[in-house]
Amino acid sequence: MTIPIHIHVQNEDFDVSAELNKLSAHDKTIGAMVSFVGLVRDINEGQTIQAMSLEHYPGMTEKSLHEIAHEAKARWPLQGITIIHRVGALMPSEQIVLVITASRHRHAAFESADFLMDFLKSKAPFWKKENSAEGDHWVDARESDQIALARWNLTS
Amino acid sequence: MLIRYFASLREQLGYESEQLDSSAASVEELIFELALRGEQWQTLLVDNSRLQIAVNQAIARRNTPLAPEDEVAFFPPVTGG
Repeated sequence: MTIPIHIHVQNEDFDVSAELNKLSAHDKTIGAMVSFVGLVRDINEGQTIQAMSLEHYPGMTEKSLHEIAHEAKARWPLQGITIIHRVGALMPSEQIVLVITASRHRHAAFESADFLMDFLKSKAPFWKKENSAEGDHWVDARESDQIALARWNLTS
Repeated sequence: MLIRYFASLREQLGYESEQLDSSAASVEELIFELALRGEQWQTLLVDNSRLQIAVNQAIARRNTPLAPEDEVAFFPPVTGG
């Protein structure tokens, strides 16, 4: 079955309720939608963050997000998926990432949104650089993200 | 061959992308070829166990085969989300 899959990598902010409406507007069988919004924090590893910049690999980023959206669709009975990730310069408290999953029932929507975020954090080619009073530094990958990914038994 | 570098690797090596006339038959061979440029390249590509590799925009490994028209990318572990 073909379901709407919206993938966007952009600098502009996004409107969560507009994205929810967009995904559900044409499908009256949807009974559950889960949205996850990631925000830029103002503190990380004890340092105060003044701003952040996000680099990505144009082309591969979109490709990898499409791949995992299709993996989620194969695992859960979903009616729609939205993934929006911002790149470029961002300030603390700004929205950075949005994942929406739509299904008939809530369990598929909750689980697949969790899965999509775990994948995205460990596989999609984005890199964060934080600007703090001590200078600029690239954010280190967390081992906890790899462990979170492992629980989904991803083969590739 | 188009070689691309991202994030900390791009900054440390001073390259964003380059066209390379290479006959390397695998990522490993390409890495050894690039390492001849100096210690920094040796450290960041050959001796770097956290190095991430993509060939034609798909995750690859050191033993992934290469063809002359391939796009190869080197980058650190990803930190999006």
